[in-house]
Amino acid sequence: MENILNHIGIENYLFLSVILFCIGVFGVLYRRNAIIVFMSIEIMLNAVNLLFVAFSTYHQDAEGQVFVFFSMAVAAAEVAVGLAILVAIFRNIGSIDIANLKNLKG
Amino acid sequence: MSTVLLIFYILSAFTLATAFLTIYSKNPIHSAIYLVLCMVSIMGHYLLFNAQFLALVQLIVYAGAIMVLFLFTIMLMNLNKEDEVHKPRMTRYAAVIIFILLCGVLTYVFVDTKPIMGEYDVTGQDFQSIKVLGKVLLNEYMVPFEFVSILLLTAMLGVVLLSKKEKSTR
Repeated sequence: MENILNHIGIENYLFLSVILFCIGVFGVLYRRNAIIVFMSIEIMLNAVNLLFVAFSTYHQDAEGQVFVFFSMAVAAAEVAVGLAILVAIFRNIGSIDIANLKNLKG
Repeated sequence: MSTVLLIFYILSAFTLATAFLTIYSKNPIHSAIYLVLCMVSIMGHYLLFNAQFLALVQLIVYAGAIMVLFLFTIMLMNLNKEDEVHKPRMTRYAAVIIFILLCGVLTYVFVDTKPIMGEYDVTGQDFQSIKVLGKVLLNEYMVPFEFVSILLLTAMLGVVLLSKKEKSTR
């Protein structure tokens, strides 16, 4: 079996993941809609997962992919709980603009 | 330039463009659809690595389950209108500047480490087919695997508890 990284190179995947992660950070900072902020967090998680798989191929080892599987399970749980919290917030406040969440007076 | 490299570049451009449009588009429904496209293109990257199991899980869990959850929530809150107020101008400029700086710094770090170019080892043995991955998952990683099921059960209970309509005490 041939290693795909001979054609592409690990550094290309490093740069792709870095830029994808930075787009996620940008989304968290730029938007006020809490759902879009959640989506940005998903983008960040996916960027890191992609790099895990790239290095799993680089070392020809399955452990990286097992770790990605676990991180996907955690991401699924996180999204479910987070969206439930958002629904509860929406019921109480009537919007999910993160600028309105000032009840704790942080 | 080889065909594989060309496929990689097209796929990467698609991934980055859809990820950016997810954040940039005003309507949350459009954002969710762009995010689905982003997840599918990341599945394409996994297929490029021949990681079949993760490609399937990515398609089922992310592009399927999680995005359906997102779309349900958006439609439940009736948010598919474009009246979102922007953050203050200063904050938005700061976000752009932080994006550029973070990109620059991380890219510089990875350029500076000078990753090994050229030859990569090919052990020749199969390490990422579904069969091998299942054996690794259920032999060495059996305990974490069971803990994941407990985690999902707890998350499910928490979600039901959180989204249950409480009696009006106020």
